[in-house]
Amino acid sequence: MKVAALLLAGSMALAACASDETGGGSSGSGGGEGGGSEEPRIGLAFDTGGRGDRSFNDAAVAGLEAAVEEHGGEFQDLSPNADGSNRADLLTQLADEGYNPIIAVGFAYGEVIGDVVEQYPDTTFAIIDSSAAEVGADNLTGLLFSEEEGSFLAGVAAALKSETGHVGFVGGVETPLIQKFEAGYVAGAQAVNPQIIIDRQYISPAGDFSGFNAPDRGLLVAQGMYEGGADIVYHAAGGSGLGVFQAAAAAGARAIGVDSDQYQTVDDPALQAVILTSMLKRVDTAVSSFIDSFVDGSVQGGEDIVYNLEQDGVGLSTSGGFIDDIQDQIEEYRTQIVDGEITVPSTP
Amino acid sequence: MNVLRKIGLALFAPVLAVVVAVVISSAVMAALQVDPFEVFAVMVDFGDTPSQQVTALVVILNRAVPLFLAGLAVAIAFRMGLFNIGVEGQYRLATILAAGVGAAVALPGPLHVLLIVVVAMAVAAIWAGIVAVLKVTRGVSEVISSIMLNVIALGIASFLLTGPLRGSPEGASIIATAEIPESGWMPSLNGVFGLLGLATPPRQLYGFLLVAVVVGAVIAVLLNRTRFGFDLRAAGLSPSAASASGVDSRGMVVKTMLLSGAVAGLIGMPDLLGSTHAYTTDFTSGLGFLGIAVALLGRNKPVGIALGALLFAFLDRSLVPLQIQDFPASVVTIIQGTIVLAVVVANEIARRVARRSAERGSAAPAVVAGDGSTGPGQAASGAASDGGAADGGVGTGAGVSRSAGAGQRSDERQESGL
Repeated sequence: MKVAALLLAGSMALAACASDETGGGSSGSGGGEGGGSEEPRIGLAFDTGGRGDRSFNDAAVAGLEAAVEEHGGEFQDLSPNADGSNRADLLTQLADEGYNPIIAVGFAYGEVIGDVVEQYPDTTFAIIDSSAAEVGADNLTGLLFSEEEGSFLAGVAAALKSETGHVGFVGGVETPLIQKFEAGYVAGAQAVNPQIIIDRQYISPAGDFSGFNAPDRGLLVAQGMYEGGADIVYHAAGGSGLGVFQAAAAAGARAIGVDSDQYQTVDDPALQAVILTSMLKRVDTAVSSFIDSFVDGSVQGGEDIVYNLEQDGVGLSTSGGFIDDIQDQIEEYRTQIVDGEITVPSTP
Repeated sequence: MNVLRKIGLALFAPVLAVVVAVVISSAVMAALQVDPFEVFAVMVDFGDTPSQQVTALVVILNRAVPLFLAGLAVAIAFRMGLFNIGVEGQYRLATILAAGVGAAVALPGPLHVLLIVVVAMAVAAIWAGIVAVLKVTRGVSEVISSIMLNVIALGIASFLLTGPLRGSPEGASIIATAEIPESGWMPSLNGVFGLLGLATPPRQLYGFLLVAVVVGAVIAVLLNRTRFGFDLRAAGLSPSAASASGVDSRGMVVKTMLLSGAVAGLIGMPDLLGSTHAYTTDFTSGLGFLGIAVALLGRNKPVGIALGALLFAFLDRSLVPLQIQDFPASVVTIIQGTIVLAVVVANEIARRVARRSAERGSAAPAVVAGDGSTGPGQAASGAASDGGAADGGVGTGAGVSRSAGAGQRSDERQESGL
């Protein structure tokens, strides 16, 4: 008993120590050494459980790589410690090392970035998923997305494809950001089929960020939904989404991916087959076009750039061809949203 | 045993643990074809400019303060042989309620801060007290109940944050409680750097550092120089002997858990009073579990815990420069993990060394024989006896021992107790 208790405590302590593997600070050097001084040295700060999620964070890297390909230069990415208490240090270290621009990936940086941008007025910053307007600093740009609009289309696809009239939504952490996904998805599914049953569950409550990086718990939650009769589950759960796909594969049902085109990124044919579509959040486009405008010298600063359906900042992927047959109906809803005929709610 | 020897023995285990951890992680790094010496060089490099160096120092100290308090909270219970795994839930719940109270009232400066701190200590103490009450009245293992109460505490904290105590506007990406007015902020210690002739860093050194030092000193005196501390340690070393000599072991369980909880309530205070001024969805979590590792590393003594906290904070800071220099940051994780394991092993070795030296001396062989196969585990002075095996059933489960032998003995005892 006591030994078991000790082992338990020891493993918990270890788990608390264990920050997620970060893949180190691999820096991609695209333009080669000895490039001109105009080549940007880009700093990228992830949030906990960042790089390697095959979803949101990796999309930012993809955008960065595209930008480095085009403009030359290099980039350095950093990940915080397990509890995220050193987020501010990541930004100040990058600024101290002379990286410019610096991009903070994730709304969790919203709290600390205000002080940092003030401290380094000559460095250009961008933050994804958090508003810069409320900070009001000239050297900070917010890169925002209309996740609810893209999720609306995901809901449409799920409702059209569901045979049981029962679908599910798995959120990573119950935060306002993820609630936007939920709200859009529910509205979309109900627009197609007002009678549809929608299971909604979050892996962890607000304040506990483990839900973005817990495939095992994602699997359990999704499994429950499939067993309860749902045949399509949409996840907005970052790294936990892998568990949702596994549950779908085990149940012989299907799932909808998020952020990246997960059909391409999941890297497992058995799981590819269950990914109906993915709600694309073009973080890559946002990052690369931000760097484009930085290189041009046209960054305004102090404002938010919103990527929505109209600019294809969000949308559905078609890889795998599973939704080709309903493409017309999806396009119809898309046009209605863009034209303002449908207003998608952003809170559930 | 002379003083020098005593100090040597006290230092033996942690130093051995750190050395073993460094050797193991160097081997792992070498296997990954990373030069360990370069990694260690990066870890101790605090930057080029004085401002950067002082900032690095501030970052380490700011991180060490909550770790120290967490280690202290765990250690108080450990010394009594209680396993308070519930520190995590205790401080999270305490912090959000303290933040809520702090934001709701307006008081003159020091009083406001004092109120917030007292609320936090009271909430965490009550939460820990539930564990103690369950243990003394129903015999529920504190390990199980404190883990379960963690889950409940996090759930309540989450409910409070998204419900009654929500202070952030609708749609804000980070949910927070209302901000504590400025009278409830704790001033930073950055003035000290000016007095010392050092560069003033852009980062604020938490004023709570002073409180932590005072708390550490008070706990040290309380444990080592008072009747209460003696009873606590005696009950931890041998519940049966303690109750035979008139210590109310049930009362001690309750008092110890209340004290442990009260200190746990302080863990969130440095961040709350010094920088965030509100409890948010991304308030630092996991400190309660790290505290277990820190307490083990410090062998449950305040000075040791302080050093352990500084070591962990130092390792934590090096995560960022390591990544900048393109070294795998997982090196730090490996070192932290191996330290925890090595400490457990090293404590056991130190205990045996201490026992052997006690056996060589003429010091009461009977006591040593009574020690037998049991390991005192948390016992501060290595030569002391657990005695749990001889215990009939009064303080069931009070002795936390590390050696497998003691575990078996405890199991037998529990079975016979049932």
